[in-house]
Amino acid sequence: MAVLAMRDALNQALREEMKRDESVFLLGEDIGLYDGSFKVTRGLMKEFGEKRVLDTPIAEEIIIGTAIGAAMSGLRPVAEMMTVNFIMVAMDQVVNAAAHIRYMFGGGTKVPLVIRTPGGGGHQLGAQHSHSHENWFAHVPGLKVVAPGTPADAKGMLKSAIRDDNPVMFIENEGTYAVKGEVPDGEHLVPLDKNEVKRAGDDITICAHSRMLIVAMDAATELEKDGISAEVVDMRALRPLDMAPVVESVKKTSRLITVEEGWRSYGVGSEIASRVYEEAFDYLDAPVARIGAAEVPAPYNKRLEKIAFPGKADVIVTAKALLGKN
Amino acid sequence: MKVEQRPADSKSKEALTDKASLLNLYREMLLIRRFEEKTAEMYQLAKIGGFCHLNIGEEATIVGTISALRQTDYVYSTYREHGHAIAKGIDPKAVMAELFGKETGTSHGRGGSMHLFSADRRFYGGYAIVGEALPIACGSGYAINYKGTDEIVMSSFGDGATNIGAFHESLNVAKLWHLPIVFVCVNNLYGMGTAVNRASAVTEIWKKACAYDMTSERVDGMDVLAVRRITDQLVAQAREKHEPSLLECVTYRYRGHSMSDPDTYRGKDEIKEWQTRDPILSLGEHMKKQKMLTDEEIERIDEEITAQVEDAVKFAEESPDPDPKDLYRDVYAGEGAA
Ligand SMILES: Cc1ncc(C[n+]2csc(CCOP(=O)(O)OP(=O)(O)O)c2C)c(N)n1
Ligand SMILES: [Mg+2]
Repeated sequence: MAVLAMRDALNQALREEMKRDESVFLLGEDIGLYDGSFKVTRGLMKEFGEKRVLDTPIAEEIIIGTAIGAAMSGLRPVAEMMTVNFIMVAMDQVVNAAAHIRYMFGGGTKVPLVIRTPGGGGHQLGAQHSHSHENWFAHVPGLKVVAPGTPADAKGMLKSAIRDDNPVMFIENEGTYAVKGEVPDGEHLVPLDKNEVKRAGDDITICAHSRMLIVAMDAATELEKDGISAEVVDMRALRPLDMAPVVESVKKTSRLITVEEGWRSYGVGSEIASRVYEEAFDYLDAPVARIGAAEVPAPYNKRLEKIAFPGKADVIVTAKALLGKN
Repeated sequence: MKVEQRPADSKSKEALTDKASLLNLYREMLLIRRFEEKTAEMYQLAKIGGFCHLNIGEEATIVGTISALRQTDYVYSTYREHGHAIAKGIDPKAVMAELFGKETGTSHGRGGSMHLFSADRRFYGGYAIVGEALPIACGSGYAINYKGTDEIVMSSFGDGATNIGAFHESLNVAKLWHLPIVFVCVNNLYGMGTAVNRASAVTEIWKKACAYDMTSERVDGMDVLAVRRITDQLVAQAREKHEPSLLECVTYRYRGHSMSDPDTYRGKDEIKEWQTRDPILSLGEHMKKQKMLTDEEIERIDEEITAQVEDAVKFAEESPDPDPKDLYRDVYAGEGAA
């Protein structure tokens, strides 16, 4: 077990899978010679050569399209979209093609493809470089969507995603690449369809994924000091959405907060809330509270940006309000 | 709209001269023609639903290009692809069954007219988003180079598709990465109701490849032998040199854009004029002159093919619908995913 930054855990997963399986190759903008915009692919071109680490033109549609065709023709591509904001140029390939090809061709082919891409704000990058859109992809049958929040899960889920026979949206976060954590060496696989309790508690359930998992964990630590015991459920598996640990937790705590970095409307929290209403309505003592980004295009100004994205304080205030302890 | 041929394209020495080969081309084209006529009939009887786009008029382009391929070569096409699927060797029964939405169809009734597929025949699909399949075809090309095998990819699309970004992204990387691809533009002069000169700044589509320093040719898409001859060259270039190319086949669809198009944007005279250059009649005449075919033989072939198409309809009629309990089958590959 080594302590690794998230970006290095991802790098390790890529390296191990490329060594294990010749058919795995990487493609994307500046992932080779430049070592990747966020250095996730550092050193891989040197190690595996230009065929297996393919620097592409700035042409998102061709990146995803090439990955799809290669996947249908027997390879296991891992495409990097520099950030999730740029994938919109290629949404047709992701949704109409990658997600639908297997079904619309009657199961005649499969698309074993991973699309890695970071979302997330808080770096003063403004409206076109700051958003999170995992809910868009999680809406689509045919895609799998995961968003790990710890380096260990990042490694284990990326390895599983590469071995999966379906198109997997692997959502990273610019704000977590430097976050460190213990990462098991070698063969460490985390399933793509299992959420889990990351911190046990009795009074209230907080579910969150990706960077917001870290925010939720910090908030839980602080709530503890005020005598509130929060259970944190990591929603790393968004589609298929594993609700079991949430439902079980709500049956114990009777209160639920969802936290996501994207806008609340039609969001991840909305989906989780609906399912809790369907599966555990009678256990709830209060309506589900959803925390998300302010419904504005991300502003540049530092103060405005800070209030536009959810943080620890929002979680704490909401938790206390739900428990009537303000 | 008037089409001027590129000088280099003057019909010359046919690569194929033997009777058996010519007869194959003739039969393939006639099969597509009769299949599509029957499809129109079945559509009017509401046996076929959804959108339905016919290849009638484009047979020489389809057969001339696809007959130059091996079974292991990949073909990517559009929603106007019944003919391409048949030319690539898919049983017309499975194609008709798919149009009928039956479980025995190429895509088990999940795709329909616009989404035919066969892994076996390496017919890698009909795609209903204009231009979408070109980047995917590049992926097959990349996989071929990656594995070091000697298949090639043929990516077929309309004139309208050459105005969309994906076309340009694809030509760029095909050239840059030395992909073994032949891009075939079926220039039938219209994208729905919009004539090429109202949609494209460059009306001679072959010229668009010049921006990518790529081999490109324009050919009379009504002349199956001319199409085949040039395709043979471009296929060899892709297979042996891993150099992509763009082939523009100038052709015409006799029917509307789809079965629901009343066809009000072009003159009846224009359609009639193109029909005087019918690809099937032309090849028949040519073969008769060469004493390879008689009127009686032509009639007999037609009867055979008409019967084959009838069989396809019968097969489709008698096939079962997909079982409702299989609604969720194949959303995901592998063990039961949600
Ligand atoms: C991206 C996209 N935009 C619009 C359409 C609707 N549409 C379907 S076919 C078509 C015309 C395409 O013309 P062309 O590429 O010349 O092919 P043809 O139908 O003539 O074979 C249009 C506009 C579509 N399917 N996809
Ligand atoms: Mg057209």
